[in-house]
Amino acid sequence: MRLETAGLIDRTRPVAFTFDGARVPGWAGDTVASALLGAGRRLVGRSFKYHRPRGILTAGPEEPNALVEIREGAQRTPNVRATVQEIHDRLEVRSQNAWPGLGLDLLAVNDLFARFFGAGFYYKTFMWPRSWWERVYEPAIRRAAGIGRLSRRHDEAHYEKAWAHCDLLVIGAGPTGLMAALAAARAGADVILAEQDFRLGGRLLADRQEIAGGPAMAWVEATAGELAAHPNVRVMPRTTVFGAYDDGVWGAVERVGLHLAAPPAALARECVWRIAARRAILAAGALERPIAFPGNDRPGVMLASAVRAYANRWSVAAGRAVSVFTTCDSGRAAADDLVAAGVNVVRVIDARADASALSAAPLLREAVVTGTRGRHGLTAIRLREAGGGERWVESDCLAVAGGWTPTVGLSCHRNNRPLWREDLAAFVPAPDAVPGMTAAGAVTGLAGTAACLAAGLAAAATALEGLGRAAPALVPPAAEDAPRRARPLWAVEAPGRAFLDFANDVTTKDVRLAAAEGYASVEHMKRYTTQGMAPDQGRNSNLGALALLAAATGQGIAETGTTTYRPPFAPVAIAALGAGGRGKGFAPERRTTSDAASRERGAPMLEAGLWYRPAWFPRSGEIHWRESCDREVATVRTAVGVCDVSTLGKIDIQGPDAGSLLDLVYTGTFSTLPVGRTRYGLMLREDGFVMDDGTSARLAPDHFVMTTTTAAAGPVMRHLEFVTQALRPDLDVRLISVTEEWAQFALAGPRARLLLGGVLDTPPDLPFMGCAATTVMGIAGRLFRISFSGEEGYEIAVPARHGAALFRDLVARAETLGGGPYGMEALNVLRIEKGFITHAEIHGRVTVGDLGLQGMCKRGDFIGRAAAARPGLAGPGREELVGLRAADPATAIAAGAHLFNPGERVHRETDQGYVTSSCFSPTVGGWIGLGFLRDGRARIGSEVRLVDHLRQIDARCTVTRPAFFDETGGRMRG
Amino acid sequence: MASLIETPALAGHALPVVTAGAELAAADPGRVTSLAPFRGQAAAVAAALAPLGLAFPAPGRSTAAGGARLLWAGRETAFLVGAAPPPGLAGLAALTDQSDAWAVLALSGPTHLAVLARLVPLDLRLPAFGPGATARTALVHCPALLARRDAATVEIWVMRSMAATAVHEVATAMRGVAARP
Repeated sequence: MRLETAGLIDRTRPVAFTFDGARVPGWAGDTVASALLGAGRRLVGRSFKYHRPRGILTAGPEEPNALVEIREGAQRTPNVRATVQEIHDRLEVRSQNAWPGLGLDLLAVNDLFARFFGAGFYYKTFMWPRSWWERVYEPAIRRAAGIGRLSRRHDEAHYEKAWAHCDLLVIGAGPTGLMAALAAARAGADVILAEQDFRLGGRLLADRQEIAGGPAMAWVEATAGELAAHPNVRVMPRTTVFGAYDDGVWGAVERVGLHLAAPPAALARECVWRIAARRAILAAGALERPIAFPGNDRPGVMLASAVRAYANRWSVAAGRAVSVFTTCDSGRAAADDLVAAGVNVVRVIDARADASALSAAPLLREAVVTGTRGRHGLTAIRLREAGGGERWVESDCLAVAGGWTPTVGLSCHRNNRPLWREDLAAFVPAPDAVPGMTAAGAVTGLAGTAACLAAGLAAAATALEGLGRAAPALVPPAAEDAPRRARPLWAVEAPGRAFLDFANDVTTKDVRLAAAEGYASVEHMKRYTTQGMAPDQGRNSNLGALALLAAATGQGIAETGTTTYRPPFAPVAIAALGAGGRGKGFAPERRTTSDAASRERGAPMLEAGLWYRPAWFPRSGEIHWRESCDREVATVRTAVGVCDVSTLGKIDIQGPDAGSLLDLVYTGTFSTLPVGRTRYGLMLREDGFVMDDGTSARLAPDHFVMTTTTAAAGPVMRHLEFVTQALRPDLDVRLISVTEEWAQFALAGPRARLLLGGVLDTPPDLPFMGCAATTVMGIAGRLFRISFSGEEGYEIAVPARHGAALFRDLVARAETLGGGPYGMEALNVLRIEKGFITHAEIHGRVTVGDLGLQGMCKRGDFIGRAAAARPGLAGPGREELVGLRAADPATAIAAGAHLFNPGERVHRETDQGYVTSSCFSPTVGGWIGLGFLRDGRARIGSEVRLVDHLRQIDARCTVTRPAFFDETGGRMRG
Repeated sequence: MASLIETPALAGHALPVVTAGAELAAADPGRVTSLAPFRGQAAAVAAALAPLGLAFPAPGRSTAAGGARLLWAGRETAFLVGAAPPPGLAGLAALTDQSDAWAVLALSGPTHLAVLARLVPLDLRLPAFGPGATARTALVHCPALLARRDAATVEIWVMRSMAATAVHEVATAMRGVAARP
């Protein structure tokens, strides 16, 4: 219920949200947790394994119990921490992991059989029959367990990823972080101050303290105001730094629109930041830890620091009769603070015998809590007093203070382990754990605010020195001090289940069982019990479990060590990490200059690498793509076709050694190519396999333009860069891509020359494989006489700004000549009919010999020559390129099918080869294909059996030479 | 006489895109020639460039004079922008026309850095990337050349074929930044 105090909520702005459909009132500044507690609600969720009723344990992002689901229309976000989510008027919150509802959860039957569900239960029970694990047991267990549920829909909300650069990253805006940021800001450094909370202040938001003689929050507000006014400071609230990466890069996730009732459509829900910082200060603070005692998971049992935060920050009394159970001075301070805030503290139970007798509430020393009662929330606790006597007393809230655990996670992401400090009973960051990072404040074990302010200032001075800046003259303001005295009480020995890991339902018994069964290493214990593997990553339980394991194995805590800390430090939605990558955000689209014209003609577009290319150009009356494709093939064979080939890679190569470079990278000789001529070349990888093929044209003695396949344009450019930078830096040659500069169109067919004559100002009389500069309607262009179709073919190139106009013009003229545009399907049929290869054939595992192109290898050296001569890469037994023709013209040949000897068993051991390309050839009048067949060239004319298990094809094929039409090339040579 | 109609690299895109704090507009760089000096020709290239008043830029830098610019654009390569290459350069450097290869966008306004922070991993703050600075980088997945014109304007050069994706990415980032409270 709410207290009369002001707190840090805005009472002028009432806000209401729904929890399981019921309206819950609150105020601006409330979290779901504070509003629920303010409304007197304690039962918030059900536990992971036993479905035990659970309430709110903490007031921060470490919350293990109060995980809820947020609904937004069709979207749902599970496992949202009620202690983090700010409320707004459209917020729809649902409890999770309960069926049919929170109050009556039938799966709580698990709790009755808890005796059997100890650590390792699943491993021991569901072992037989073995095959049932994946099909039966695991799905059933996952249905019953698990925490939230996903909507199973695409997350179509907007997320962002962004980079930030700064001199100094300060992680945490408590007293330490604020002081450090202030000092660095005054020194003129570029500062980013990241704070996971929506408000700056850290513990000062929760504890009633004084700084510089006034309320601590007044100092916080003044400091925040000054920081906001510095142009060199970026304050990032709602931003959790989740990882320390190489070279001073930090990962952080910012909650951008999650707290708004009506966020603008373009506003991201979350933003993942990569912060490159020259220096960093880790001021992540410390978390209070619970004490393990029987029934310590009941709603109403909370951390004392949380009860204090709800009272001071949110003006909420977490109970009507609050008991405090402590083993440290901060718990006592919390009790006094609660009394001052108007909370009814009925008793303070201090486990220590030598604790101070000064208390604002009735005090029991040397006493412990040994049990709790209350079905859906705490009603009574059992005390064991100094003499050993036990009694039940009424209480609806128990504030537990088990000491403080520094938040060391980020300091361990670079494969460091934290250091154990026996005097603090805590792990602290190792010095220089992250290069350039200084840990300061409570994360190093400091307790008092004064010590933290001084530490923040000192850390800033260290960072500023590293940045080459002078530290400003700044004195930390006066504040209270509280030396830390550690007297850890990990667990109270008493009958009953004492929980360590609330989120995964791991008890003290489970940890001891793990040790007894041989899982004595901390990493084994973790995996056997699942302790620390829930969304809270064991923040509330790691140290307690470690201490119990250490006791059970007879080792010290330092020797037992910690498990490995890995990023992310806090849960990060995959949708946020993948921001911008959904759908077409995955890769850029590359569009040719003819793209619009092709789409206007209704051409379906195919993806070729990043490019979009027309598959075919449908005409009215054509209902199947084959009709369009067959027509386009016939058009090229009988009239003229136009095709955009701009997507092929084009590399401009200039310099006195340009010819030498080509001789090195191609199997053939290019240095002897006359100016004005084009030559086909094969390029090998260093391992001797074919990398790519294409033509290179010599435009001038020192100037070539190389053409690559569409898919290999990037890899070939990279290869040439490697060759010129690493292998032959002595070559005087310069490379640059001109793929984008030139729009290039293929004209193919018996009427290609006629079409060309209409657009060129003075058509040159080019021989086959000739090239020349030309002018197209006054525009300087290039003309190549090359053919990928087997017909007389030209490629005409103009600067890209003229591409759209030239394509439309060429198509219109071609149509007048009885031709038209052709797409990728027709292009593919035309080249298969001719036996021209693409990357379907040169897929990375074939040699020049496999292709039957060994005649293209010169005598001299070239890249790949030596490796291609390795044993096994030539000679009998290789699979060689052949043509295949279906015996029955109606039977389709499919790429991917395998080849077998007729009469032999179809089995991988009898496999003779495979099909790489196939099509229906309207020219031949049947199905044809290309493929690789063992010793194929010696088997021309024989029959093979083609089997495609995927498409259920079993066909007889005749092996042919890899050319089905005009084998001598008379048509294209003209 | 018949002629071929020109289509600018950014034709058909809804530009400029204007949001609170930023504007994305098409920028026509004019003539662009890649200039890569051959071995040992640095001094001769410098002499040939002298009539334009331009010096060959250091990596990550550019030079400008009289409306012409020379932008560093990669290893031993600079783009001569807004002027024809002086005749004396022939034979001293590889000269390659790039006028049609790029779509050039100009992003300006007080939030231009916040927008670029969502697209480019580089530190583009003024001390690190001041007027005249250039960089080859990636705009999300698009290879890009960035050139800072002035304190509030950065030119974004992307491959012509990727213009649609680049405009979409920048506009999305602009709207995301503008939507922030």
